[in-house]
Amino acid sequence: MLRKGIALAALGLALVAGPALAAGSAKSPEPVDFSFKGPFGRFDQGQLQRGYKVYREVCAACHGMDLLSFRNLGQKGGPFYDPAYPNPNDNPYVKTIAAEYQINDIDSETGDVIQRPGTSADAFPNPYPNEAAARAGNGGAMPPDLSVMAKARKYGPDYIHALMAGYVDPPAGLQVTPGQYYNPYMAGDTTPFWTGEGHAPKGGFIAMPPQLAADKVTFDDGTPSTIDQQAKDVAAFLYWAAEPKMEERKAFGFGAMIYLVIFAGLLYASYRRIWRNVAH
Amino acid sequence: MSGHSTYEPKTGFERWLDTRLPIVRLGWDSIVDYPTPKNLNYWWTFGGILAVCLVIQIATGIVLAMHYVPHVDYAFSSVERIMRDVNYGWLVRYMHSNGASMFFIAVYIHMFRGLYYGSYKAPREVLWILGFIIYLLMMATAFMGYVLPWGQMSFHGAVVITNLFGALPLVGEAITTWLWGGFAVDNATLNRFFSLHFLLPFMIAGVVGLHIWALHVPGNNNPIGVNVKSKADTVPFHPYYTVKDGFAIVLFLILFATFLFFNPNALGHPDNYIPANPLVTPAHIVPEWYFLPFYAILRAVPDKLGGVLLMFGAIAVLFVLPWLDTSKVRSMRYRPTGKLYFLIFALACIVLGYCGGQLPDDKVIPGLSTFILIDADLNSFVWLSRLATLYYFAYFLVVLPILGLTETPTAQPESISTPVLSHPAGLPAGAVAAPEKKG
Ligand code: HEC
Ligand code: HEM
Repeated sequence: MLRKGIALAALGLALVAGPALAAGSAKSPEPVDFSFKGPFGRFDQGQLQRGYKVYREVCAACHGMDLLSFRNLGQKGGPFYDPAYPNPNDNPYVKTIAAEYQINDIDSETGDVIQRPGTSADAFPNPYPNEAAARAGNGGAMPPDLSVMAKARKYGPDYIHALMAGYVDPPAGLQVTPGQYYNPYMAGDTTPFWTGEGHAPKGGFIAMPPQLAADKVTFDDGTPSTIDQQAKDVAAFLYWAAEPKMEERKAFGFGAMIYLVIFAGLLYASYRRIWRNVAH
Repeated sequence: MSGHSTYEPKTGFERWLDTRLPIVRLGWDSIVDYPTPKNLNYWWTFGGILAVCLVIQIATGIVLAMHYVPHVDYAFSSVERIMRDVNYGWLVRYMHSNGASMFFIAVYIHMFRGLYYGSYKAPREVLWILGFIIYLLMMATAFMGYVLPWGQMSFHGAVVITNLFGALPLVGEAITTWLWGGFAVDNATLNRFFSLHFLLPFMIAGVVGLHIWALHVPGNNNPIGVNVKSKADTVPFHPYYTVKDGFAIVLFLILFATFLFFNPNALGHPDNYIPANPLVTPAHIVPEWYFLPFYAILRAVPDKLGGVLLMFGAIAVLFVLPWLDTSKVRSMRYRPTGKLYFLIFALACIVLGYCGGQLPDDKVIPGLSTFILIDADLNSFVWLSRLATLYYFAYFLVVLPILGLTETPTAQPESISTPVLSHPAGLPAGAVAAPEKKG
């Protein structure tokens, strides 16, 4: 009975509820001309450093990044990569950052729970000990892990930039439940909360309050710290975090393409030569 | 092709081996001296391309399996770990995930080639059926592979597809429980899918062997569909087709590399980078692009069981196609009316694929409301799917059986060597200066 119910519900969702849920539409994010776009695009290291700072000082209060360790920050293509330290674990900058954190551990002599300074091998610490604590701290909503966020949404980094910089006051006629914030780029449907004229506004509600404010983060390289700049930089950092091997991939691809094109040319020439005397 | 072998063992060892296990002879007869019609065009290169795809999937899959962890708590992050911490793991994983799409691009072209040139007709029925067994195994393999990274689409796609079997009367519920290894899609499901995903490609390789065997008995069909009449109609496979297939394979790899290196996630769905969560259903569950036409047929029917039967029917009808097409003429080149129906059929398949990715109730022409027919507005993707589904089945069950009896084909050439050739020997006009001069 229950199983059948689940089965039908699943299919029903695909058939019926799908359109209902997607009835509202979010605003499409404006494309940002990130340096890493395009077949030859590369990360801008200064931007990754600023983006990491935004993550660390703002987002890390609520969002974990389980797939990243401090050493990743110093690996090739990363925000603090230094050719003098090919092994990122030795990178002094990375070591300093890691050591600023206290990491839970077990004392191997006594078995007691202790705290020790972080090392480059440690994973980014989680802001909450478990999901229940995370939800309790955010009005019931769960701040998602950001490790691959830039690959997990349509438009990726453009979306993250638009979302973070795109909070606006709700238009008159839109009722916003306490603990929720209106954002035109967020997926959802505002129709049930709309009492105004005409079509309900695009976008949806999100449980994350607006996070960015001018000068909230001080950029060490003197870049003016506007909301737009912070949003771009953190989006770029999150894209790097999701695709840390992008530069290696594109460089490899460039070589592979040259090889394949030459190989194709040679094969075509051989083909013409071998078939020269065959009528076909 | 049937006929005597031209292999002559050259060394003492080859002679010794040839009287014990004539494996070198088998290779020689199949890929060196195999007489091949000399008029095959580039649509015939996709068989070789498919073989390369299979090798790529198996080779990359084996490396992935060394690092992948088939457990609901670790599967998602183990795939990400492969891309971050394994040397060239990003290359292996993206080759495998994009390789699956490339495999399907190639297999669809290969199948349409067969439909157009009548390669399923006698004496190649068994060859055609073996091809469809491979295709079924590929679908099962790709479906189970897509579940392995355990993202949101993996999980909810698995729920939707396995539940389809639940629509079958009497046995349905037992089958789903058996597929799941429990009462829901869970760890047991993931484990068995991994095991089967590892196994099936080797079964595919086995059926590919049979497929090639069944090819080498009657020999290749060819673009004019007229049987090979004499040795003058053929060339040895090597070097003529090794070089032509080789060229096509490299062109195909360039397409593959474009996705792999410069847009590796373009063919996937962003939701699959969200770890699976049974409690949150994605707004819009869609299968991988290569299943979309069948998904559209499934959703075209308001009744679940009916949809499932029609979807399987869409594949089953291809198995009996050799006996549905009544025309004795193989190639559509000489069937002008048939060609037209064929082109509409290809279009219907593309329309079905497009509809499969849309929401059924969305409008085809935005802003235009017509009238409700049965359960939906006529201007909706569900009705467009129904129309295309109708044509899909009509093509096999009505058009091909009747057309073969009523149409008048145009004149076919006597043999492969007689028609006016598109590329006569010697290349008079474009003949490069002194083609005989070497180096
Ligand atoms: C006060 C805690 C808090 C902070 C700080 C915070 N977030 Fe969030 N964030 C949340 C919560 C809670 C959600 C879940 C919202 C929901 O599901 O409605 C969320 C969701 C998100 C999402 C997903 C939106 C979607 O499409 O589902 C992104 C992206 C995001 N946050 C980025 C950031 C970035 C970047 C920062 C730092 C600049 C940041 N967050 C800082 C609490 C926070
Ligand atoms: C017919 C050949 C094959 C096809 C069509 C195929 C298809 C797929 C697909 C579609 C995925 C999901 C890709 C993703 O989004 O991550 C996948 C994953 C996987 N496959 Fe295969 N596969 C084939 C052969 C193999 C073989 C031979 C093996 C192992 C021996 C294998 C091992 C794996 C593993 C471990 C994964 C999970 C890792 C991942 O998701 O990237 N595959 N496969």
